[in-house]
Amino acid sequence: MENTNAVKSFYEDSGSSRTGIMSWLFTTDHKRIGLMYMYVLLAMFVVGVCLGLAIRLELIAPGKTIMEAQTYNAVFTLHGVIMIFIVVIPSIPAAFGNMILPIQLGAEDVSFPRLNLLSWWLYITGTVMALFSLFTGQGAPDTGWTFYVPFSEFTTTNVSVAVIAVFILGFSSILTGINFITTIHRLRAPGITWTKMPLFAWSLYATGWIQVLATPVLGITVLLIFVERVLGVGLFDPNKGGDPILYQHLFWIYSHPAVYIMILPAMGVVSDIIPVFARKNIFGYKTIAVSSLMIAFAGSLVWAHHMFTSGMSDTAVLIFSLLTFVVAIPSAIKVFNWTATLYKGSITLEPPLLYSLGFIFLFSVGGLTGLILGSAGTDIHVHDTYFVVSHFHYVIFGGTGFGLFAAMHYWLPKMYGRMYNKKVAKIAFAVLFVGFNLLYMPLFVIGLQGMPRRYYDYLPQYQTGHMISTFGSWILALGLIIMFVNLYKGYTKGPKIGRNPWGGSTLEWQTMSPPPLLNFDREPDTSRRPYDFKGVTPDE
Amino acid sequence: MSEIHKDYTGAKLGMWLFLFTEVLLFGGLFVLYSTYLYKYPQDFHTGGKQLDVFIGTLNTVVLLLSSFFVALGITYIQRGEKKLAIRYTLLTIIMAFGFLINKSIEWSAKFHHGIYPNSEHLLEMPHGEQIFFGLYFVMTGLHGIHVIIGAVVMGVMVWLMKKDNINKDDFVKLENAGLYWHLVDLIWIFLFPLFYLVL
Amino acid sequence: MSEHHQEHHILSIKTAGTVLGLLLALTALTVAVSRIDLGFMNVAVALTLATTKSLLVITYFMHMKYESRFFRIIVFICFLILAVFIGMTFFDVAYRHGG
Repeated sequence: MENTNAVKSFYEDSGSSRTGIMSWLFTTDHKRIGLMYMYVLLAMFVVGVCLGLAIRLELIAPGKTIMEAQTYNAVFTLHGVIMIFIVVIPSIPAAFGNMILPIQLGAEDVSFPRLNLLSWWLYITGTVMALFSLFTGQGAPDTGWTFYVPFSEFTTTNVSVAVIAVFILGFSSILTGINFITTIHRLRAPGITWTKMPLFAWSLYATGWIQVLATPVLGITVLLIFVERVLGVGLFDPNKGGDPILYQHLFWIYSHPAVYIMILPAMGVVSDIIPVFARKNIFGYKTIAVSSLMIAFAGSLVWAHHMFTSGMSDTAVLIFSLLTFVVAIPSAIKVFNWTATLYKGSITLEPPLLYSLGFIFLFSVGGLTGLILGSAGTDIHVHDTYFVVSHFHYVIFGGTGFGLFAAMHYWLPKMYGRMYNKKVAKIAFAVLFVGFNLLYMPLFVIGLQGMPRRYYDYLPQYQTGHMISTFGSWILALGLIIMFVNLYKGYTKGPKIGRNPWGGSTLEWQTMSPPPLLNFDREPDTSRRPYDFKGVTPDE
Repeated sequence: MSEIHKDYTGAKLGMWLFLFTEVLLFGGLFVLYSTYLYKYPQDFHTGGKQLDVFIGTLNTVVLLLSSFFVALGITYIQRGEKKLAIRYTLLTIIMAFGFLINKSIEWSAKFHHGIYPNSEHLLEMPHGEQIFFGLYFVMTGLHGIHVIIGAVVMGVMVWLMKKDNINKDDFVKLENAGLYWHLVDLIWIFLFPLFYLVL
Repeated sequence: MSEHHQEHHILSIKTAGTVLGLLLALTALTVAVSRIDLGFMNVAVALTLATTKSLLVITYFMHMKYESRFFRIIVFICFLILAVFIGMTFFDVAYRHGG
């Protein structure tokens, strides 16, 4: 590889007269903004994990272990709010979408760079406000992350500040969505046609539409809670003629599609990684791309499957249950396509692939248990039990979480220009995988036996399951520590890499590592299809 | 022409996407309105009778006129007639103020009759009417906030036109501001019959 | 939709005036019709008139007539999704308490 020292990377060339920290906080460079998103959301991830560990520790034995019941309520609420709204929803799109999408399209930046910066600042504002709600007012919110009425209208804890924080975070997410859709429509380099776009970009496109069309409904819903608390209008208050179930409708009209905001980008990451390490064209490019859009659309029609026991009409239960099965189809199509891509490929088990395989397994477990919940009959039995808790952790942590880890192992060498220790990364994966299943698998069992979610205390018969689960949480935490330390060491002191350490064929592997300010030090070759590896060799 | 690197279609696409978020923000409230109208048709009828149709109609006319003025402003800036463009944008702002003054007269009359959120008088009314007025205050209130934002945006547009930042060759900002203003009008087109004329 | 820079269409003052006239006439019609008791049809009529008015605003004032087909499709999708949200909520509300 020829030496490209002449061109400065985006670390050395900020594109403005600002220096030091200011050149980051007020940058409009999508790579810097993406990295800043990642730093903040990883920090919040650590906070969320600590809260999760505290919940698990409290539940290791019946009765009080380390905290009071009220504290417990606040802790699981915060765990949910932080993990959902601050970590998982922005995770892959805001961090890796920003870093990678424009480069994959052969663009210099996103369509609206200043809006992108505003979006990051709104994200920070929302995060700070969410933390602020803990230490002000009369106690931290204790409603659970769903803010269900009527309790959220009348609890004396600091729900008002928390819902405004969620509103602001939602606005940030909307702006990111607007930016990505416009970027994909307008800034694709000549030659990058719709069908030559990497599948990661396709998944961000579908995600963007959900962000734009569903998030505003959450916005108005949380605003209404605020209005109810301040003015007492009574739109959800049965004493004033309101209907609390309508709150649940509005909440899930957003929050179910939000699940797809979380999972679609992770599916995109996996679709980009698997062909590279199987050295084989992706199986069914078009079906994967279209199934993303199908998931986005069908995912907007199933929200009320969260409400089968709420007292809504039987007709609605029937229809929403049926539609829930429909949305499983495009997800399954993707899993089949990934498997078919691996079939007869020449597979090298590098860390990014390993994490992607972890994603496929854990997501499949989460998805299939989702069908048990989506089916109206069985849902009555397991609704609001630990079965649900385990199901959505398999989908969100096992899916999006592992998708995020895969992306961190796949793309961060490009962003830092250095490689981590691959052996340690594989060990970390093994520990994580064992810890994860040990943590969540027993919860399926005690859920089926009837252990309700969110309870502070429980009957002695559930203790074995809880104990194994808590033990698993420590192994999982150990795995996270190994993984993060390894990545940190790799990206600060690891060996330098060339342009294309994995032998990828999408545009980001044609530029130098780390990329220059305007992404390309030489005109990228856009003639190649995204997963055509003929003649592409890794450049270590 | 070719020297301008701005992506007009991109800017407009971004604006339309933002308008969609506004439509769905109000959309959540329309979900509530439609279900409660279904539940309490009679109370919504009695509630609607208590609103002033004259003020409602007047405000509809005011907003339609303002939309017309914005459209004219954009036509004039495209033709390079800056003075006229500024004049019509200013007229839009005046219309916005007219709307808000009407609205505040209407609201204070309601307050005067003891009808405001959580008021004792309201709590004595039938459930459906409480919901009707609850929706009325929330929806027209949120719409009013949008009118205020729109007026401020139009003010900025006047300033930018004076600075010649918006001109014959580069007017997408005014177009996008216009789109926002039309959306505010659009929402009122639905709010008006749903509250003032409900039967 | 990836057309190259095309001439911007300028809405003529005459067209804008005509549209305004139509909008005002439809407003008058909306108020007039609401005075006649048609039962539940009143809501349907009022919403039809409001939809007509908003189509006028979108088509002319918001220049949709002169935009590419892609813009028309996404506007349609936006309102379709809203209709779906409202409509599907009625699967619950309309059939509550065993109908």
